[in-house]
Amino acid sequence: MKTATLKFKSQSVAKLYFMGAIALFVGQIVFGLTLGLQYLIGDLMFPAIPFNIARMVHTNLLIVWLLMGFMGSAYYLVPEEAETELYSPLLAKILFWVFLAAGAATILGYLLVPYATLAEMTGNNLLATMGREFLEQPLPTKLGIVVVALAFLFNISMTVLKGRKTAITLVLLMGLWGLALMFLFSFVNPSNLVRDKMYWWFVVHLWVEGTWELILGALLAFVLIKTTGVDREVIDKWLYLIITMALVTGILGTGHHFFFIGLPGYWQWVGSVFSAMEPIPFFMMTLFAFNMVQRRKREHPNQAAVLWAVGCAVMGFLGAGLWGFIHTLSPVNYYTHGSQITAAHGHLAFYGAYVLVVIAMISYAMPILRGREANPRRAQAVEMWSFWIMTIGMAVMVLALTGAGILQIWLQRMPTEGAMGFMATQDQLRFFYWVRVAGGVLFLCGLLTYLASFFIGAGADEDEPVANGRLRAA
Amino acid sequence: MSRGFTSQMARNIFYGGSLFFVLLFAVLIFDTEQRIPQRSKSAEITPAVVRGKHIWETRNCIGCHTLLGEGAYFAPELGNVYTRRGPDFIKAWIKAQPTGAPGRRQMPNFHLDDKQLDDLVEFLKWTNGVDTEKWPPNIEG
Repeated sequence: MKTATLKFKSQSVAKLYFMGAIALFVGQIVFGLTLGLQYLIGDLMFPAIPFNIARMVHTNLLIVWLLMGFMGSAYYLVPEEAETELYSPLLAKILFWVFLAAGAATILGYLLVPYATLAEMTGNNLLATMGREFLEQPLPTKLGIVVVALAFLFNISMTVLKGRKTAITLVLLMGLWGLALMFLFSFVNPSNLVRDKMYWWFVVHLWVEGTWELILGALLAFVLIKTTGVDREVIDKWLYLIITMALVTGILGTGHHFFFIGLPGYWQWVGSVFSAMEPIPFFMMTLFAFNMVQRRKREHPNQAAVLWAVGCAVMGFLGAGLWGFIHTLSPVNYYTHGSQITAAHGHLAFYGAYVLVVIAMISYAMPILRGREANPRRAQAVEMWSFWIMTIGMAVMVLALTGAGILQIWLQRMPTEGAMGFMATQDQLRFFYWVRVAGGVLFLCGLLTYLASFFIGAGADEDEPVANGRLRAA
Repeated sequence: MSRGFTSQMARNIFYGGSLFFVLLFAVLIFDTEQRIPQRSKSAEITPAVVRGKHIWETRNCIGCHTLLGEGAYFAPELGNVYTRRGPDFIKAWIKAQPTGAPGRRQMPNFHLDDKQLDDLVEFLKWTNGVDTEKWPPNIEG
């Protein structure tokens, strides 16, 4: 196996972040399985871990591990792109431990203290921000996130300022600054629920369908430049056009959340038209990835990273694009709003777009951080298996939830008279919920396979680099 | 992509296009803000409604229920529960939790006193009055 040394020593802080991210990912999936089972065995773990607590842990871990993955990616990518050492590696290390400790304390708070007590202990009466979906964090955690984010952005921005400025770093920086800026709306909680919901979406939608897409584009472009050797000029043009489409459609696409929460009726038109176009940037991303891989000027030894990157583009299109589109037009959303269809879309979109891009980055960077250009062939084979097992597991879950959603709408929403009640409908969906749990178990197996790939060494026959390996499976 | 099209041009399209849509979004939000009071009947937000919202949030009700279609999908929609069940049922139901029926989804008991229950009901009553463009399609939510 060809050895590789880091171009810049300070890139090594990324390793810490990647390991932390993967550990939290495992936690997220364990709690996800618990939730899937609670759908079927309603009193499972009650009252020790009620559904709402497990769900908070599941979704908050998702957000934290993805943010940690983004940060690690930035620490790896920015020095290399800027061609200079990180402004302060020490600050990056300190922030990691602060972030991890604060995250762990918050999760323990959810699990050990009743939520109302937690709210009271942490000053929620001074500035009420808790108890809103995904923004359940206590006030000190929210303030901590802001402090960590600002210090991180300072570190990254200073590095870019003193070095070379590329399209990738500029787009990444815009995405990260936008992410931090939109998070400030998590402190806005008007007593009017309608207004509260509108500003809440400024964080939630403008993250995942706005600023995060810039980060996604930048990370994908970076992995593709490195693994295909295609000209930067070509990749830069694609990157700009993709993120242009992402923001052009995504900003007014916020309107698809404004249909039925008490905002004016014109949002039904604005939201329908612009969110119908939201698959376009994801479709372009798929074209981009395949196009770059076809035009590749070298066979990079790390074919697993190429698979994750292409997989990210394809699954992102399916999850965020296609599964979003099926319920995004307001006459359709009138029936699907708040049903299991939303859950199906949410799972595939987060997995396809953000989970896979972070893993693509980890897959590319981690071998180099461990002192080799790519992992041994056997390890890569296991890693590629893990991609397929996780992706098929996710597909099973998403199809099951889609089936559950369609039946739910049919029984509970469509009838104008004699519609079935919520809990009676849920009883009819048990088959789909069991299939979802099966998909979740498969996903966990895929994740464990992925973890195992880190511990696989080279085979006896393998002392030459896999540089001539052909692109498989992708 | 054609040779004449440079990455500088692509970058300028990005800046111009994004800025235009950010401004357009800001204009729409400004207009929406003006209409929220009438659409949500904000004049009817009493101190009890505000306290009720606080209870709703600090018990993390959204972690199981949906409210106007947003939240978790584990328990019923509560945006229209005021017309579906009425105030007395809501209070009695909350007090009777958890049901303890084996295998059934359980709701914790939050030990709310009568005043807190009234506040929560006031919040749900006000929410029920929001103009949601006739959503949900039927009483079952």
